[in-house]
Amino acid sequence: MDDCITLTYAVEGGDLTHAGEASSGVKQALRKLGLDPSVIRRVSVCMYEGEINMVIHANGGTARVDVGLDDITITLTDTGPGIPDIEKAMQAGFTTAADSVRDLGFGAGMGLPNMKKYSDEMKVESVLGVGTTVTMVIRIE
Amino acid sequence: MTVQGLIDAIPLSVFHLDDPDRPVEGGYCGDLLSWVMGRAPAGGAWLTIMSNVNVAAVAALADTACVVLAEGVTPDPPLLEKARAQGITLLGTDLSVYDCAVRLGGLIEA
Ligand SMILES: Nc1ncnc2c1ncn2[C@@H]1O[C@H](COP(=O)(O)OP(=O)(O)OP(=O)(O)O)[C@@H](O)[C@H]1O
Ligand SMILES: [Mg+2]
Repeated sequence: MDDCITLTYAVEGGDLTHAGEASSGVKQALRKLGLDPSVIRRVSVCMYEGEINMVIHANGGTARVDVGLDDITITLTDTGPGIPDIEKAMQAGFTTAADSVRDLGFGAGMGLPNMKKYSDEMKVESVLGVGTTVTMVIRIE
Repeated sequence: MTVQGLIDAIPLSVFHLDDPDRPVEGGYCGDLLSWVMGRAPAGGAWLTIMSNVNVAAVAALADTACVVLAEGVTPDPPLLEKARAQGITLLGTDLSVYDCAVRLGGLIEA
């Protein structure tokens, strides 16, 4: 892939008042690059859901976005508890979110399904007690 | 129909108005943020009873034309602050989500 730009962000865990700032930063950067709104929208959904998951489920992590000529790759890495059953976690409606975050509107169990739906490729790698890495590729038409 | 058109016709109260001339194309009703993120159409009106600060990020990233807080809900102060900072149009009504959606639908189709 021909990289044009790499963006990196540190995402803080547990802090839901600032959650989404990395995603907003990515959106602004892609706008400045003049990318198609539908591509920006897909990246925004994937990035936000992944960012929120790191905040809520993994005590934070890092986000890296590689903007190439043909595609955009989002890599989200955390050192959280890991996902015991990835297949189950990917199912629509599955959640382990606490009541406190459900009260804010999270915990529908739709984040990972959204990421799958809006990306062209998605890979979830997770080791219990070590952490999770989610990689998503969004192709630019 | 523009955002200002909806404000006048439904009518809606204004917490923060960013772009009154933005056209409103469709809408979405929902309070679970991942559903909204995955389903709300860009340029649509998002009707909700959620009033916490995370509404701003979802509205911005889903690129909705406006957020309408129904059932007389008012924004938590951090949400209003973020809406102002990020240029998100935040409106309100005492109508139920259903009644507001019915009026919105009639206006958009007209
Ligand atoms: N980075 C992660 N680290 C650990 N567990 C995770 C991570 N991401 C997801 N999970 C687990 O997978 C489940 C499903 O995630 P998903 O994003 O689909 O739904 P949710 O976050 O629970 O709710 P929503 O995204 O709809 O607000 C989570 O409840 C959690 O148990
Ligand atoms: Mg999630």
